[in-house]
Amino acid sequence: MKSFVFRKKAMNILMIGLTGLCTLMTGAILFFFLGYLVSRGASSLNWAFFTKLPAPVGEIGGGMANAIVGSGKVLLLATLIGVPIGFLGGVYLNEYAGATMAFVIRYATDLLNGVPSIVIGIVVYALVVHPMGHFSTFAGGVALGIMMIPISVRSTEEFLHAVPMSLREAAIALGASKWKAIVTVIIPAAIRGIVTGTMLDFARVAGETAPLLFTALGNQFWSPGWNHETATLPFVVYTYALSAYQDWHRQAWAAGFVLLMLVLGINVTARLILSRGSYRPSGGA
Amino acid sequence: MATTPTLDRHTLPSGGRVRSFIKRLRAGEEAAYLLTLAAAATILLITSLIFYELYVQSALSRHKFGFHFLFTQTWNPVTGDFGALPYVYGTVVTSVLALIIAIPQGLGSAIFLAELAPPKISDALAFLIELLAAVPSVIFGLLGMYVLVPILQSSVVPALRTVFGFLPVFQGAFYGVSYFAAGVVLSIMIVPFIVSISREVLLAVPQEQREASLAVGANRWQTTWHVVVPYALKGIMGSIFLALARALGETMAVTMVIGNVPQIKASLLAPGYSIAAVIANEFTEAVGDLYTSALIELGLVLFLVTFVINGLARLMIMTTTRQGAHS
Amino acid sequence: MQNRNQTKSLGLASALLGGGLVLAGLLITAPGAPTKAAMPPADSLQITGAGATFPYPMYSKWFNEYQKLHPNIEINYQSIGSGGGIKQVTEGTVDFGASDGPMTDDQLNAFQAKHGAPVLHFPTVLGADVPTYNIPGVKAELKFTPEALAGIFLGKITKWNDPAITGQNSGVELPGADIVVVHRSDGSGTTYIWTDYLSKVSEEWKNKVGKGTSVNWPVGLGGKGNEGVSGQVQQTANSIGYVELIYAIQNHMSYGMVKNAAGNFVKADLASVTEAASGASRDMPDDFRVSITNAQGKNAYPVSSFTWLQAITDFLHWMMTDGQNMTEALAYARLPRPVQQKELKSISKVQ
Repeated sequence: MKSFVFRKKAMNILMIGLTGLCTLMTGAILFFFLGYLVSRGASSLNWAFFTKLPAPVGEIGGGMANAIVGSGKVLLLATLIGVPIGFLGGVYLNEYAGATMAFVIRYATDLLNGVPSIVIGIVVYALVVHPMGHFSTFAGGVALGIMMIPISVRSTEEFLHAVPMSLREAAIALGASKWKAIVTVIIPAAIRGIVTGTMLDFARVAGETAPLLFTALGNQFWSPGWNHETATLPFVVYTYALSAYQDWHRQAWAAGFVLLMLVLGINVTARLILSRGSYRPSGGA
Repeated sequence: MATTPTLDRHTLPSGGRVRSFIKRLRAGEEAAYLLTLAAAATILLITSLIFYELYVQSALSRHKFGFHFLFTQTWNPVTGDFGALPYVYGTVVTSVLALIIAIPQGLGSAIFLAELAPPKISDALAFLIELLAAVPSVIFGLLGMYVLVPILQSSVVPALRTVFGFLPVFQGAFYGVSYFAAGVVLSIMIVPFIVSISREVLLAVPQEQREASLAVGANRWQTTWHVVVPYALKGIMGSIFLALARALGETMAVTMVIGNVPQIKASLLAPGYSIAAVIANEFTEAVGDLYTSALIELGLVLFLVTFVINGLARLMIMTTTRQGAHS
Repeated sequence: MQNRNQTKSLGLASALLGGGLVLAGLLITAPGAPTKAAMPPADSLQITGAGATFPYPMYSKWFNEYQKLHPNIEINYQSIGSGGGIKQVTEGTVDFGASDGPMTDDQLNAFQAKHGAPVLHFPTVLGADVPTYNIPGVKAELKFTPEALAGIFLGKITKWNDPAITGQNSGVELPGADIVVVHRSDGSGTTYIWTDYLSKVSEEWKNKVGKGTSVNWPVGLGGKGNEGVSGQVQQTANSIGYVELIYAIQNHMSYGMVKNAAGNFVKADLASVTEAASGASRDMPDDFRVSITNAQGKNAYPVSSFTWLQAITDFLHWMMTDGQNMTEALAYARLPRPVQQKELKSISKVQ
């Protein structure tokens, strides 16, 4: 009896210790890697990185100004394509859809969310690049835009859903039509959540590389307009990392660092905004 | 917290203007409905279009090779002979290896964070781990190539070999890039998914369940293991499936550390290839329709597999969180 | 116009990236005063090409210099591999392609069928594939017979101290370690040249593997691009790979001599590559598609090749004339004079 109790106690302590160890390992591994990236990347950064075009292959120096701008343009386009569709789709799901339609749309959204990014690259190549006869900023934006849709739908839907029924009822009681109630009462009440959802969505696709391989290609110059090949940060990290030049490795680390700071910065900002209030869906965003 | 908008300004016009106002509103009503419906339909359209394009564009390869495509080993662009088995094998092996490492570690962390750690520490750590889920995969590839592979070569693999060297999976030459390296990188990438979703599912388990168990004399661990975890099992399984889906479709990080050799080897230390990696490497340069078509068929395979796994995952997470919310 | 576009989209993008972000500041300031000069004028023309990694260092330098001379013309070159060059130029998604393996008759027909016009090949420079290796402790220049190279890449010679290798390298202490073969994972002209050579010197290679921009490799690891193979060889002990000469030189990698058709061990350099092309330069076919691997000539380097552009632009003319003066700084051999003349004639005909 006594040994049984003892064993139970020992088991309790052992297992709690083990789970603690798991947590410690998870944290340690991740922070070791990211710490390495930060130290290596930050020390590789210089002013030229942000202001210069890439140097010819094998020559030392140059920067990624064009890739930074290229990423900005592709992401802007992706946001303009993905977010309106996602947002309106989310409004439809929460406010208008009947049970069957809601099921079908939700299912399609989940499916789209699960499509591997490289597969989206293939499809956009076939649908946009091939017919237009050009790799382009536009094609890259379409690929990332498609990737932004599902998260935008789900976060809009969730945050709209979290708006208390009493607010809706109050609006309707005051004589507002359904549409009016949605636009003036429900969406404003959920807007903070929807905006942060969009920011997280943006951060997710900002680092995507695979769909850009077949759509934006790359460019060692500035990409004029929207219909030309463009360099992007994640793509440059990939190609520079695989190269055999020390100076390109340095720049790959620097670009990786910039990309990481961008993504983490947006994430932290979004979560801070969210923690300040708004109606939150149960179970977190 | 959110501001309650003032309605009176808009909704209380008076006299004859009321009727025309209502009319305009009704027109807006229709327009708004149609607009949102159109957006929703677009989503449906895009999803179907992806499947349709993959299906149609892979026709050549599907007709030529049929189901043998999945079970043959040659990948020979010179003779136009294409079989997907080495890629399917590599994708499955690396993903399973990633799960073998990530499940105990992720689940252990989730249990610790949800059940045992003080709430403040738990929230802070969970926040950080969730942040890590957002790190782009190309960054994991970069770290994998230049940090992880050298560590595996210099210490991890020699240590593993002294203990498990008799197992065929740890035999043969090790060049660094390998199934093993890809599996380890993937495991690091998916742990945050398992931790953050499992933790949420565990937190959704009703408090009464724990109290009842503690009341009959069970200790902390027994309560967690025999009551809370089984209750949340489906949701936890869901998080694992989601992580698996992510691992199967992962491209950049795997391409950078798997070695890019289409072969099937029993040893985890051998280099291999994955479906997503071969598409990334060869799609823009596949000369000839059959070659391109074979690569697109690989994309179709990947699409269908992640489709099934994602479906299972959603189903499981949905049932548990509902359970939690309603009881 | 374009300046404004870019600045505008940047402003929007950074606005989106939002508050409290360290990076937003950097993004806004990045294209400020220091870079304005680097941006092309409004009526600039951008031409995109894609393909071989073999001449990438050369092209990258040329396109950079050419842009300095003609500020309104930018030539964007992406080294996605020769296979990619052929595919993308056929699909019409790039303005010109570049490859080290000439297009096959099937590929030429496919192009003709699609575009209603033939595609033209223009040799631009000469380069060489070299066997590059990373054996800890071995600094010597190894000598390789065709049999040894074929054996290694077929997976039949697996140790560095195999007699087939040591026999030619007396005095070099070769380890008994396993040979790690590194080859290309992408469709590659470098691979085409290498396999074209091996097919000529080894009957077994010809029957079992054959030649192509991508082949079914019997052994080895895959690296993407010449860059990838160089990187992989440097990272892997006891490895051997094949890369374009400039990659071995720029990365300070050891590379070996290869026994040529005349029976001499020759190191790849400007003279030996030029000699390999001398035969071909006398009777160059009208479409410029010619293989010069395993060429005759006492000091000809046997794994040499022309590299081609599939394109028609003014740039070609510049490249044939002024551009040729830059080749030797990057260890590529300039085109033999008769070839250059013939090309200029051919270019003027097209225009």
